[in-house]
Amino acid sequence: MSERTVQVTVNGVPHEASVEARRTLTDFIREDLRLTGTHVGCEHGVCGACTVLLDGEAVRACLLLAVQVDGREIRTIEGLATGEQLHPLQEALRDCHSFQCGFCTPGFVMTAVALLEEGATPNEEELREELSGNLCRCTGYQSIVAGVAEAVQRVNGSGGTAGSSVGSDAQRVEEISR
Amino acid sequence: MKPAAFEHHAAGSVEEAVSLLAELADEDVKVLAGGQSLVPLLALRLASVGHLVDVNGVAELTSISNGDGLRFGAVVRHRQVERSPEVAAANPLLAAAVRRIGHTAIRNRGTIGGTVAHADPAAEIPAVLALLDGSVEVRGVDGTRSIAAAELFDGYFTTTLEPEELLTSVHVPALPAGTGWSVQQFSRRSGDYGIVTVLATLARDGDGRISAARVAYAGVDAVPLRSSVAETALVGQTASPELWTAVGHDAAAVLEPSSDLNGSAEYRRHLAATLTARALQQASERAGGRA
Repeated sequence: MSERTVQVTVNGVPHEASVEARRTLTDFIREDLRLTGTHVGCEHGVCGACTVLLDGEAVRACLLLAVQVDGREIRTIEGLATGEQLHPLQEALRDCHSFQCGFCTPGFVMTAVALLEEGATPNEEELREELSGNLCRCTGYQSIVAGVAEAVQRVNGSGGTAGSSVGSDAQRVEEISR
Repeated sequence: MKPAAFEHHAAGSVEEAVSLLAELADEDVKVLAGGQSLVPLLALRLASVGHLVDVNGVAELTSISNGDGLRFGAVVRHRQVERSPEVAAANPLLAAAVRRIGHTAIRNRGTIGGTVAHADPAAEIPAVLALLDGSVEVRGVDGTRSIAAAELFDGYFTTTLEPEELLTSVHVPALPAGTGWSVQQFSRRSGDYGIVTVLATLARDGDGRISAARVAYAGVDAVPLRSSVAETALVGQTASPELWTAVGHDAAAVLEPSSDLNGSAEYRRHLAATLTARALQQASERAGGRA
């Protein structure tokens, strides 16, 4: 099978690699670029674990071919922190003990980053809807919703979450963590 | 869980895509649009292709125009439809239906032309086309033709497009002013395909009687269905909760859904009756002053 050269910027760093047409973006990121922060769950677009940002929009990397991102810009979980300084979303998720095993984490985080960077201030129902494309098998989702709601409040202002049960959950979790 | 090998061709224009489809016709060629249905099929090896003609880079297929109804280039993303003020103004039912498709990450890539050409019997946009008598435009090497929704869907995941034709645009008529509408869907998880989806529009005359009604279903047959039973029973009647329930019951009774892991035929009929009554109630509330 013929291979194609793909040039892509990932987390601000330009990369070039030769790939088969059938190479998915997930495998390209993990195997060719050795950025293993992006996780592979179902490989057919159901679980959301491989979510990355393509030109700023959340997409499932397992449903894109590497040849389709030639000339485009990708952001992955590795691109969020600046040195030792966590992204405000990562800090909020840590403060709320949002995750357990960590398998679904990069997908949730990249989905939520896209939401935050749009300046969204979703209420609890809207937030649950936005996160519903990512599956978690540990937490029961409460802690993840609380963490993202906390990040929304810190980054985009109080928005629609004020007074909702999500806000108070986040506060309670924070108090416990202290 | 990895697709079998294939060749990828990035088309730069409709003309190039159409000539590639003709040239590769004997070598298992498929069109790749958003890839949100095709790529999983390839990954699961439920489908295999020799060649993909990728139309994502065809600039002439990426715009929305609003004149005689809404016209969407085939690779307009669902997210673009969802966020378009023009769509919200001309056809709020379509804007609501498109939000029911998958999740944000799916809608960021999935295309309106792709979902119509894929013809999943549970999909929202094909049902919108059936409801509002929409149409598509297709291009082949011999020229362009238009296919009405009623002639387009030909069975499970099957349309009347020829293998060498490319779906280039989707036409959705505007909702007439004063027409009420509703999108009712039941799925077990947010973002899943609806087990049953009901779409309805309703208009009333000066005396409060129903002057026009349309009802369509997804998920109850091999193709999206219009309900002539419901539409006939509604016109000329006065709005009432009893009417919605009776029409829902009668319309559901003639459906012949199949049973699968998501629900038995009987369960689907039950959902259709309930959701039809809810759709008519909401459409009626929205008729007149458009909500």
